[in-house]
Amino acid sequence: MPSRADLHQTDSVVAARADARARATETAPYLPYRPASTSPVVPPGVDPAALTWAETVAPGGYTHKVLARGTRIRLDDPTGRACASVILYNALEPSERLNVADTIKIPWQAYLGAGHPLLSGDGRALASISADTSGHHDAFCGTTTDAFSTARYGSADPQGPTPSGRSRFLLAAAKHGLTGRDLPPSISFFQGVHVEADGQLVFRGSAGAGAYVELIAELPLIVLIVNVPHPLDPAEDYLVGPLQVHAWRGEPTTAADDRFTATPELTRAYLNSIDYAEARGL
Amino acid sequence: MTIPTTHPAGTRTIESTVPVGAVYAAGTPMEESGPLADGPVVSDETVAPLAPWSGALRAGQVLTIVDLGGNQSADFLVYNATETDERYSVPDTLAWQANAYLREGSVLRSNLGRPLMSVVGNEIDRQDTIGGACSKESNTLRYGYHTEHQHGCRENFLSEAARYGLGARDLVSNINWFMNVPVEENGTLGIVDGMSAPGKRVALRAEMDVLVIVSNCPQINNPCNDFNCTPLRMIVTDAPAAAPTGTDHA
Repeated sequence: MPSRADLHQTDSVVAARADARARATETAPYLPYRPASTSPVVPPGVDPAALTWAETVAPGGYTHKVLARGTRIRLDDPTGRACASVILYNALEPSERLNVADTIKIPWQAYLGAGHPLLSGDGRALASISADTSGHHDAFCGTTTDAFSTARYGSADPQGPTPSGRSRFLLAAAKHGLTGRDLPPSISFFQGVHVEADGQLVFRGSAGAGAYVELIAELPLIVLIVNVPHPLDPAEDYLVGPLQVHAWRGEPTTAADDRFTATPELTRAYLNSIDYAEARGL
Repeated sequence: MTIPTTHPAGTRTIESTVPVGAVYAAGTPMEESGPLADGPVVSDETVAPLAPWSGALRAGQVLTIVDLGGNQSADFLVYNATETDERYSVPDTLAWQANAYLREGSVLRSNLGRPLMSVVGNEIDRQDTIGGACSKESNTLRYGYHTEHQHGCRENFLSEAARYGLGARDLVSNINWFMNVPVEENGTLGIVDGMSAPGKRVALRAEMDVLVIVSNCPQINNPCNDFNCTPLRMIVTDAPAAAPTGTDHA
């Protein structure tokens, strides 16, 4: 069997450069599409020209993006095995970030779904869940740590086959000047947990292949997403599917939207976000 | 127990136009209780209603929190004392124990999955760590803009954390000792009447050297403080002295 080196002629700079450039014809199942309009799986009803983010995140992978206010974000779980753990920050003042406790306490609802806001600790909606065909999500368990992954899988090496979610978040956060201090509890889409009467957290897993979730950025956002197995996933193996991410230009929630007036708490959350945005000239 | 509302010299009452939050009604029953752990008492402090508190514990020491007036939420954060980037994590704590409530035996885990403290004594059926802290900002969502200038736990956390060089980046979802947040079958959750009573306690053993920051919750818009903010008692005890094991004691 020939070595990999035998496949390449790289004994001079000119040859090495030609060899390197020949690599551009290769592809992979998990990659960003740039420009985003070249996505092979544009969400139905979306103008490809409006896309600002199109990416398929690898199992065990992560991604991150700074998005304008009003951006629509769609996460797709094509195999039923994705687990999209998400942290959001106000891109202009990242000390404002997702607050999971407020996100479930203020709407009086522990289970995330369409119409649910993703709230910061500053009394504002960072994002809204505008559509959801899964209903299997989790705001309790966060993602895995190295300690947890090592206990479960025997290793958590970030370069290995069983990385932890926190180590992925650390890398994503670092790309935006953020550190471990800046990682609050995350929420997970596509893998559900149910709370029993005695408090037991029961893993409900996925709703199946083909589910998606749509979010609206109510403020300019830093979005961090990691795609690793849920902490309560009982599988002995590290089985997680790819995650498709799309985003496109849109408008934030206004008083004309039904969700604005759905509850008194939501109305004030949107008023607070709009107040912030208008004061900043956004 | 009295609230320090008088001049330091005790000579006259200070008047103020500041709309300070309401505290407990005169005649509220109190039960002093005592440490819920054996061992010599290292410190014994009372946290006034509405006030923050912090303390450092060495590994092995136990913090007993006494709910003197009953149903007074003690909003609680804990950090690795020497590396504060390591701090309490609700999801790690819940996922490791696969249960949404804290009880005796619960391990308070860090964002690295390591034990910061353990619940070694508990006199409440279940303790809350999903309800988070109140804040001026979230109060406007929950109760209306008229609450904007009411004091909140986030204010207490920020002011106390600042003493250690910690700030908004360092506040994470917390524990609410003595608060009751049931999650119903359909996911409905919320703060309801508490299950505590005057003198009820929880005891937490430090599993490493830790920094504890507490807000004696000032919330007056829901039952987390029984609409009657009362003091908390914080007692730190050392581990009991080991029994003599030989004859080599001087």
